Amino acid sequence: MTPLDSLAPSLGARFSGAILESSVKGREIALAVRGDRAIDILAALKEEGFNFLADLTAVDNLYLGGTERFAVVYHLLSHSRVERAVVKAFLPEERPSIASAVPLWGTADWQEREAFDLYGITFEGHPNLVRLMNPDYIEGHPLRKDYPRQGVGERRHFPVIERRIGTKSGGRL
Amino acid sequence: MTGDIRTNALTTTLEAAVNWGRKNSLWPMPFGTACCGIELMALLAARTDLARFGAEAIRFSPRQSDLLIVAGRISIKMMPVLQRIYEQMPEPKWVISMGACASSGGVFDTYSVIQGVDQFIPVDIYVPGCPPRPEGVLDGLLKLQRLVGKESFSDYAPAVER
Repeated sequence: MTPLDSLAPSLGARFSGAILESSVKGREIALAVRGDRAIDILAALKEEGFNFLADLTAVDNLYLGGTERFAVVYHLLSHSRVERAVVKAFLPEERPSIASAVPLWGTADWQEREAFDLYGITFEGHPNLVRLMNPDYIEGHPLRKDYPRQGVGERRHFPVIERRIGTKSGGRL
Repeated sequence: MTGDIRTNALTTTLEAAVNWGRKNSLWPMPFGTACCGIELMALLAARTDLARFGAEAIRFSPRQSDLLIVAGRISIKMMPVLQRIYEQMPEPKWVISMGACASSGGVFDTYSVIQGVDQFIPVDIYVPGCPPRPEGVLDGLLKLQRLVGKESFSDYAPAVER
């Protein structure tokens, strides 16, 4: 079980070029990795004892800038070591695609579906990559920074039910 | 009843009796989707008791109720459901839009929240608040009772002259 301070160098040695940045603070290690090598890093971290995937989310860096536009963020916990690992996998804008973490952790299933639904990041090898919470007829990915907050009209396309019975008294109190 | 009912002494008394019966037995269909649903539960609980005013039978079936209380934000996935529930209620029916989200979308001006259910279903009473105090919704119900008391039979004639 590699101690936290030497975890990043040892991973960097095993997977050369994958880790872009790393930092250790207390009991937490944060790694910024390239998206195409992220699954190897995650598998290695799982072997090291980070058995629990606490969170899987995505970030759109359109206005923040940074390495690439999209990033998938994994929060891992280790129950045996009582430590945390945060892995940020950067994906290019023209092809936001990353290997799915479902073979490693089953809980990644719906979390990856959510990231796909809201950001359009495809997860290769996912058993059922369809929208999770938005209606299926929605086009586009609403949480991208270039999607208008008020939508493109999804909230207006419903039939109007008129008052079937006229109210001639007007309803004035 | 056709559109040319003349109001006379007999029908006004009958209207008054019918309105009295309807307004004092408004059975709500609670449509609580979010935080206003909690305040709706408080409204129906012991301290502020809606049953005192006739809203005795809280039936979760629209077929057996005549007042729809929309409590909470309505998302784009929920709107067809709300419309279906409203259509399943038999006439006469009224709608109270409880809280800011049901009345206007509230603080959630986003792609997925309907900015006011009155865009798609007819609403009679709007109760502001986030969430409104139970006494606020009670005030809304009392206003609705006054509204119902003013109805007449010709209101329920088919609206032919639109």
